[in-house]
Amino acid sequence: MSKPEPLKSPDTAIMAAPPATLLEIKNLTTYFRSSHGLVRAVDGVSFDLNRGKTLGIVGESGSGKTVLARSIMGLLPKAGLERDGSILFEGDELINLGPKSMRPYWGAQMAMIFQDPMTSLNPVMKIGNQISESIREHLDVTKQYAKELAEQLLISVRIPEAAQRLDEYPHQLSGGMRQRVCIAVALACGPKLLFADEPTTALDVTVQAQILDLMAIAQRERFMAMILITHDLGVVAGRTDEIVVMYAGRIVERAKTETLFSHMKMPYTEALLQSIPRVDQASHVRLATIPGRPPDLINPPAGCKFAPRCNYAQDRCLQEEPPLREASPGHEYRCWFPVDTPEGADALARNRERGTTASGLIFNPPTPALANKQKS
Amino acid sequence: MAGTGSAHLRPEADSLLRVEDLVVTFSAGKKQLIQAVSGISFDILDGETVGLVGESGCGKSTTGRAIVQLPRPVSGKVTLGDQELTALRGEELRKIRPKIQMIFQDPISSLNPRRKIRDIVSEGLDIWEIGDKASRNQRVDEILNAVGIDPANGDRRPHEFSGGQCQRISIARAMITEPKLIICDEPVSALDVSVQAQIINLLQDMKQRYGLTLIFIAHDLAVVKNVSDRVVVMYLGKICEVGKPDTIYRQPAHPYSAALIAAIPVPDPKVKVSTENILGGEVPSPVSPPSGCRFRTRCPRATELCAEEEPQMREIATDQYVACHFPLSPGEVINFGASV
Repeated sequence: MSKPEPLKSPDTAIMAAPPATLLEIKNLTTYFRSSHGLVRAVDGVSFDLNRGKTLGIVGESGSGKTVLARSIMGLLPKAGLERDGSILFEGDELINLGPKSMRPYWGAQMAMIFQDPMTSLNPVMKIGNQISESIREHLDVTKQYAKELAEQLLISVRIPEAAQRLDEYPHQLSGGMRQRVCIAVALACGPKLLFADEPTTALDVTVQAQILDLMAIAQRERFMAMILITHDLGVVAGRTDEIVVMYAGRIVERAKTETLFSHMKMPYTEALLQSIPRVDQASHVRLATIPGRPPDLINPPAGCKFAPRCNYAQDRCLQEEPPLREASPGHEYRCWFPVDTPEGADALARNRERGTTASGLIFNPPTPALANKQKS
Repeated sequence: MAGTGSAHLRPEADSLLRVEDLVVTFSAGKKQLIQAVSGISFDILDGETVGLVGESGCGKSTTGRAIVQLPRPVSGKVTLGDQELTALRGEELRKIRPKIQMIFQDPISSLNPRRKIRDIVSEGLDIWEIGDKASRNQRVDEILNAVGIDPANGDRRPHEFSGGQCQRISIARAMITEPKLIICDEPVSALDVSVQAQIINLLQDMKQRYGLTLIFIAHDLAVVKNVSDRVVVMYLGKICEVGKPDTIYRQPAHPYSAALIAAIPVPDPKVKVSTENILGGEVPSPVSPPSGCRFRTRCPRATELCAEEEPQMREIATDQYVACHFPLSPGEVINFGASV
């Protein structure tokens, strides 16, 4: 890696520095028209991301994480799609751009790594060609130079015998190696923003650690911003600057990573964290669960969307949807009875006393069998 | 690792299932053999949960399948109670099958999409012609209730249920023939964390209620620690370490166990992510596994001895067994160098 040139004077440094904000999402909605009704997959999401920073997006399946990322990149199929709000990338509005106008952004400005490295690589195309494809599309270079660049990229993602690998096909590599190739493809044109959608969910723990380390190094070397999408709070804990927790297409909590873990306000975040088995617990500790499953995005419940599964739920939660409120600068949450507050403690105590929450859920700890019955 | 030996086996009279010197190979064409499982031994007591852990390709699932004789192991002995499964053929083996059931990783693809879930669950009873129609129906209702599925939904098909519910149905199907042993092959790997916790708790409940014995195969060590009474760490078809989960996780003796434990992401931002202590590389090809200790190619402690001589299982602490020439002493940290 080449060292950055020394700056000439403080003045030019200030003038040359681009604005710190890379991506600004305002009130983004993404709906799909279906035969059953309008699916509100992403419903009024706002956040921004600075250059070189990492944002984690966390939530269960069906919370809208993946749709949010694809909506920002403009990768969703047009049929039945309703998209509104604002996506500012380096100050440019992307929301109204079609695939043709998005082409210069894909690969060159923003790139994506997907969960399954086998299906996201072309099985009948050599690895070298898959990497140089986007280099040739975006940069005016010769075929030979693109090939050399591709080899450099394979070396930078630590693939042994890179020169030989260029002529191999994806099926000749293991899952972890394929994911490294996907990273090389994504990094090929030096994007400013990298989306990683569950990049390690399909991999072993040891390979997961290797891939996450590799992405962190690539990010540091290129001063690239990253959006890491996962359902595992363990993965984002040590590797993100900020975390957005999503539920039913909305942000339910957003905070700096340390703040989120130390002062979480949203009962959903707490429930997600508690349901992870931890190695520092003794064996056979009974795990806390989140009963039921995420709501129907066509007819979501009135009030707080999480109330039917929440141990804190009161009557107010069923009628009024809580707005996104600020707990401290940069820390927002969406709850009437937040965790670790007098209101929250009162709500818990009331529910414990009557044995059920306002939505009729048997109070914690619900056995899985009971919780399921309650729902059906 | 990667050792052989049977020092870790307990007295024969106590065990429900006993696996001795199990060897499974597959043909890879061109006269090459994939050595999936190479002479492993372990035992399970009645009512115990044994966790099998290791990376992909270490032979965990193959071991599980070889126990139910699908496919039959090349050599070795599998004994359930007083019956040697490896010696049984045809109808005799078929009669044993209700006693051993399996639960698979992908709950949706392991249920037939065209059948009603009530029929899927009752199939075992129908095949074995247990009871009359009314009593079978009653039994299906009971078991669906027990796993938390409303029997009123029994006429629905698998696609109408979520992944977690399908896994509950798979558990019901496994439970219906009142098995002694259930082999769970990555039963929660395809599920969300919240649903994963529900299924783990359900398995624990079922175990207590019906006195089950479980083999729990998974690559998530935190999950394995939570459910297991005894953990077997595998690498490339061999056993590295056997012991109680609390012991192995507190002071792993085998470098590979230590590597697996170090790679678990901790859901706490205050715990610094260590990039220095992560095992690099990948599992070598099982067609031509390394000589001696199979882990030596990735092990920072490997010496010539490891290449020449295969380590044997030995007891290193009370009820903790390891197959390594240079095991870690308690509290020792092993450095694998940067992972990437």
